[in-house]
Amino acid sequence: MVSDQEVYRGILDLDWRRRPKDSYRILFIYLTLIVSAVVFLLPLLWMVTTSLKTQAEVYVFPPTFFPETFRWQNFPEGWTYESMQWTRWLVNTLTITTAVMVGTLISATLCGYGFARISFPGRDVWFIMVLASIMLPSTVTLIPLFVGFHRAGWLDTFLPLTVPAFFGGGAFNIFLMRQFFKGIPIELEEAALIDGAGRLRILWQIFVPLSGPVIATTSVFTFQAVWNDYFGPLIFLTSQENYTLALGITFFKGLYNTQIPYMMAMSFLMVIPMIIVFFFAQRLMIRGVILSGIKA
Amino acid sequence: MNSRMRNTVQGYLFISPVVLGLLIFTIGPMLTSFYMSFTKFPLLRAPEWIGLRNYIVMFTSDRNFWQACKVTLIYAGTSVPLGLIGAFVLAILLNQRVKGIAFFRTSFYMPAIVPAIASLILWGWLMNRDYGLINAILVRLGFAKFPFFAEPETALASMVMMSLWGVGAGMIIYLAGLQGIPESLYEAGKLDGANELQLFRNITVPMMTPTIFFNLVMGMIAASQTFMNAFVLTSGGPLKSTYFYNLMLYERAFNWTQMGMASAMAWFLLFVVLVLTLLVFRSSALWVFYEAEVK
Repeated sequence: MVSDQEVYRGILDLDWRRRPKDSYRILFIYLTLIVSAVVFLLPLLWMVTTSLKTQAEVYVFPPTFFPETFRWQNFPEGWTYESMQWTRWLVNTLTITTAVMVGTLISATLCGYGFARISFPGRDVWFIMVLASIMLPSTVTLIPLFVGFHRAGWLDTFLPLTVPAFFGGGAFNIFLMRQFFKGIPIELEEAALIDGAGRLRILWQIFVPLSGPVIATTSVFTFQAVWNDYFGPLIFLTSQENYTLALGITFFKGLYNTQIPYMMAMSFLMVIPMIIVFFFAQRLMIRGVILSGIKA
Repeated sequence: MNSRMRNTVQGYLFISPVVLGLLIFTIGPMLTSFYMSFTKFPLLRAPEWIGLRNYIVMFTSDRNFWQACKVTLIYAGTSVPLGLIGAFVLAILLNQRVKGIAFFRTSFYMPAIVPAIASLILWGWLMNRDYGLINAILVRLGFAKFPFFAEPETALASMVMMSLWGVGAGMIIYLAGLQGIPESLYEAGKLDGANELQLFRNITVPMMTPTIFFNLVMGMIAASQTFMNAFVLTSGGPLKSTYFYNLMLYERAFNWTQMGMASAMAWFLLFVVLVLTLLVFRSSALWVFYEAEVK
């Protein structure tokens, strides 16, 4: 596995040695960087300022950038607007997220350990199948899964969204766990095996306490994926009280007169946890993204 | 029980979640879906075997099908290469030795953490023809308003533009690749008198081809399944100009409950993606450079 240091060498440690003859070049680089940063950040800023406008203010052309008065009450008003159940949807989203995270961590840890530390016939074939499943378009399994969940009476419950997480927890997470476990010194494990400790106990008492970084990475990625998931809830949930936040936002669109400020306010509320997680776990998230590319 | 036997039993016990998961949630459904593609299956009645009829209807009498293929191919064929280039250029910029890179890196990556639904809602509004920010800027600069999603000629192009906002994740992967190129290669190049353009063409690009290759394959697979953009923003319109393959599949399955037809569509998609992926893998011998080969 690529170590933190290797990945961050140069990304975080800024080695900048300016020489006078480079100054035009540096000016050019800065100009390009600044223009790009504006292009990338302006939309988000627009989301925030729009969320603080009145409904009348957003339907003006040309639009003003800042609202005349900052309508912070758009947030509580949007939250309780007409028949919307944002509190309920938040609870639903958190319930699903928690269940998926628990399932993912348990099953990815078990599978990662099995692939990393026990050698048995057929192991590599299964591991290749796990990796290959990353490339399978999920469209192919969608219809039979829907039919299966329909037959099982699971539609409009959280089960189709959470139960699969307990069966492997996603190919990428298994891959991460396996890579990490492979790096733990074998001597620790052998000593424990000679002492007669069982595999599960070794996993729990030796591997898990050493695996903070990979557990955190998996958790952050799972949280992000479930929080952002739109397609799963769209297919498997039907009644409004079972909706998640992502589904809830589209409710504003169905109204005869789309409440743009409220819609932006709720969208921004959905972004906030992601921004918080990003700032606390920036290194982990970036490393996860990098690893997802390095395995090729 | 000898230790080999014990390892086998324990090994399979440990990986049993994913083995069961693959069987129940991947391989089983795949085979079922293949069978369903030869049936008429309106969900509430049992599947009825109709042979190749779904495929024949799909290829010959459903005009929307080819429109959906066309839309999806155009989108994948433009958004994926543009995204690759955009992410690569940003990574090169971020790899320069100037102060404050951390701020710019965060700025470029930020859109990639915004939930897809929130960014679609946001872009739908930014690209609104009558009240959107982008048209406000265009008008201010003396241009005419751009219709974006309001006209069939511009709707799909607007989606491609929108997709470029999320290139941050790909950019981070390139950045890591760039950091991994040994400095000694550049030093050797400079000693031989190479200028910067030559260093870029002969060291940076070849060393980055494995990363580009990976991003290309994954980007293609993701783009072929584009759904949300059309479902949330345009419902496939105007005039089916953003009628993506997976939107059509969704309509067949969940609005018309034609599960057999939808399965046939899913298998055709898998087939096309597989062929394209194999072509890219095949071609990789020509353009992807693996360090190990020269050792």
